[in-house]
Amino acid sequence: MPISLEVNGERVDAQVLPRLNLADFLREQLQLTGTHVGCEHGVCGACTVRVNGEIVRSCLMLAVQTHGASVQTIEGLSDSGEVADLQAAFRNRNALQCGFCTPGMLMAAQDLLQQQAEPNREQIREHLSGNYCRCTGYQAIIDAVETTARARGSRTA
Amino acid sequence: MTVTTSNPEVLSELDRPNSYIGKSVPRPNLERLMQGRGLYVSDMELPRMGHVVFLRSPHAHAKIAGIDAAAARSVPGVIAVVTGKELAAVITPWVGVLSHLKGLKSAPQHAIAIGRVCWQGEAVAAIVATSRAVAEDAAEIVRVDYEELEAVTDMRTALDPATPVIHPSLGDNLAFERNLDAGEVDAAFAGSDAVVEADFIFGRHTGVTLEPRSVVADWNAAEVRLTIYQGTQAPHMVQNLAALHLGLSESQVRVVCKDVGGSFGIKVHLYADEMATYALSKLLRRPIKFVADRVESFNTDIHARDHRCLGRIGVRRDGVITAFEIDDLTGIGPYSMYPRTSAIEANQVVNLVGGPYVTKNYRARTRVVLQNKNVMCQYRAVGHPIACSVTEGLVDLAAAKIGMDPVEIRRRNLIADNAYPCASPSGLRFELLSHHAAMNKLMTMMDYDALRAEQAALRSKGIHRGIGIASFIEVTNPSAAFYGVGGAKISSQDGVAVRLDAQGSVICQTSITEQGQGSESLTAQIVGSVLGVSMERVRVILGDTDNTPYGGGTWASRGAGIGGEAALQAAKVLRRNILDVAAAILQSSSAELDIADNAIVNAGDGASRMELRELARIVYFRPDTLPPGVQPELMATRHFVPREYPFAFTNGVQASWLEVDTDTGFVKLLRHWVVEDCGTLINPQLVDEQIRGGVVQGLGAALFEKCAYDERGQLTNANMADYLVPMSGEMPDIDVGHVVSPTAETELGAKGAGEAGTAGAAAAVANAVNDALRPFGAVITEIPLTPQTILTALGRI
Repeated sequence: MPISLEVNGERVDAQVLPRLNLADFLREQLQLTGTHVGCEHGVCGACTVRVNGEIVRSCLMLAVQTHGASVQTIEGLSDSGEVADLQAAFRNRNALQCGFCTPGMLMAAQDLLQQQAEPNREQIREHLSGNYCRCTGYQAIIDAVETTARARGSRTA
Repeated sequence: MTVTTSNPEVLSELDRPNSYIGKSVPRPNLERLMQGRGLYVSDMELPRMGHVVFLRSPHAHAKIAGIDAAAARSVPGVIAVVTGKELAAVITPWVGVLSHLKGLKSAPQHAIAIGRVCWQGEAVAAIVATSRAVAEDAAEIVRVDYEELEAVTDMRTALDPATPVIHPSLGDNLAFERNLDAGEVDAAFAGSDAVVEADFIFGRHTGVTLEPRSVVADWNAAEVRLTIYQGTQAPHMVQNLAALHLGLSESQVRVVCKDVGGSFGIKVHLYADEMATYALSKLLRRPIKFVADRVESFNTDIHARDHRCLGRIGVRRDGVITAFEIDDLTGIGPYSMYPRTSAIEANQVVNLVGGPYVTKNYRARTRVVLQNKNVMCQYRAVGHPIACSVTEGLVDLAAAKIGMDPVEIRRRNLIADNAYPCASPSGLRFELLSHHAAMNKLMTMMDYDALRAEQAALRSKGIHRGIGIASFIEVTNPSAAFYGVGGAKISSQDGVAVRLDAQGSVICQTSITEQGQGSESLTAQIVGSVLGVSMERVRVILGDTDNTPYGGGTWASRGAGIGGEAALQAAKVLRRNILDVAAAILQSSSAELDIADNAIVNAGDGASRMELRELARIVYFRPDTLPPGVQPELMATRHFVPREYPFAFTNGVQASWLEVDTDTGFVKLLRHWVVEDCGTLINPQLVDEQIRGGVVQGLGAALFEKCAYDERGQLTNANMADYLVPMSGEMPDIDVGHVVSPTAETELGAKGAGEAGTAGAAAAVANAVNDALRPFGAVITEIPLTPQTILTALGRI
């Protein structure tokens, strides 16, 4: 089926099979391999991307459902500089080890920070509770998101 | 992080101005991973690449009566359907035994099953197609006729005469047995004021790396050479074994390891489907990609910890522990895993029980039995969580029996900090541990007395909180005693090559590997510190058998201690060589010169004499200007392996503070503390994060994780919705402290830290739950501590 959409600000026209999910479409047809596939059924959060401003599990969405939509992946958020401060906080706090969950984690964290100016640790833990990380034990991630939230808060204050 | 140094020895080569040792600098190359620019094997595409899907047995034990793949072969896009018998033409079977594990036996295992399947998930055919989706479609129409056989699933009856023998050629289902009897155990029990016994049960669980196991194998028929791209912890081991079983020389196999999406011991073995992928590439003369899906991961990634261990402890009224005794039983699946074997975990349990304590009276038996379930093998902290849970569970039971505080009984029995060197009853040699210093530090960090008071106050309000303590020891920096002596071609030494490039930067090739622990960082920190070069000018290359020295890789908490020492020694040689050249150029002597901030400086006053960049320019482009006879050598290589001690033991203690809801059986983790001693801390933040990540894997085992098999050998929760893992919402903050007792075996002084967290976390939680339940008289010695387990123990269901 033909689909037209916007991916990281660029127009994309593609032919896809109806059964192709968004994660495989991004990874295999567009070579946007920053979106990772972990559990393949919406539990681990590694494939989290943004569709029309909302974060979604790209393994649970069909590529055809994004016809006419605007999709943003970790490559787009990185290139635009939107999450540069969050990435710097992750680096300084060693909030990633193998890095496989990190693109999805950054997506989910940025989503929280857009919704809520200064979330507390419990709220951060709760918002990221759909993103599995086997390496860090989460504490460094919570710290990095908390640090970023405070820094953004003090900038806007 | 808090640090206590028990040995204030100064490390001369590292204790330099601008040293990176002991500094929490960020790891290099994190940007790549954060921006989605990493290269995991699952991201790789090669020209003409075929995708393999393995058709896997739905039965735990069955005869393969026939395979009809005609329809599948005719599906457009299908390149080949290959059975075990066909693949055996290019790859030989293997047997997972080691000679130092006396009596260990296993049967030949094939890359793809031939004639019979022995666990649910064993591959029976490979379907190779132009895409994974096409291969999956075709796999659905391959017809396999199975004749189901009786499955051996319960380890407790695996040795019964009435139970079928899985591999008749072996005679029985006993893969391995070890007995140990040290001291005077019977007399010690007889002389005890109390003897307490408990049956400890551990849920079979697995690593659940977020990136599944993945391989791209590329046989280049024109080069007569195989390149394997694989997320492995041990590239040279893979190289050796792939060559051996494909009939190639090692020089015909290159193993490349790019980014790895988690390993934890899951990716240190050689799996049948990986071997099959190498063989398929050779057979089909094209690149073949295998990426396990999540169901395959649960059914084929090694499992671990499936143990039942009957434990006894003797104690005197004054708190002195008189003896430990265990009878351990474990079921490892139908084959001993290759090449590290599936007897190591049980062997470690025997080695480690009672390890922190003084008593010399210790008797142990372990039996390792075969069964028709997925294979078990080494996963993070191999054997330690079992040994620690049994030991620390028994110590708490003994304390409760004689009415002594759990901390006090430990203080009366932990090996004294000034008693080293010494050995355990099982023969483990301890160079320098710090159990008491660690316990003292823990008490301060957690404010133990205040917590006890809080616990008592909350009891009266019907809130049941518990404190659990677990002391532990950990095997790190293994020498050849681990695998090499048993005949495995698994290197225990590592090598590092360091060279100054033509612009005065440093390129460093190391045989240890990176899966996120920080191997690149610690290597760059050490090399930068010794050479006086800033870290951003040190580039570290790892994970490529063509481009690194030969070595073991990263596993068993060995990367920093062994690979780090090799880096230190190589950098020292390069430093001397650079100073010799500098002395020749500057008409000085190398003793009068030093390197600091990327420049040659006067050793005396630190005045800059020449940039390293300028030295490199002269050496590489104007050697004609050097004095006669000066031949600069701006590359140095050194290897290292521990020789004095077979293992560098570390120690530590953990504590858990939690609340049990006695109506629902839910456990809420409130706080967790760890004090550990891994010797020299190269990068404290990285050590702390290794500890925290390890703790959380142990917390998963304590509360959630279990591969649930039914009596027919069917894994009933092989997905991430039903197999529960720790998520951020349920995990506590973890405080980490350190005592520093460097090993004198190396100049660096670093021991391993990667597994300490996992070693003791479950024991601390189990003890805390039992502490919380004490008023109810309930004692639980089984993990995971699910609500059902807890409510059953409370008699509520």
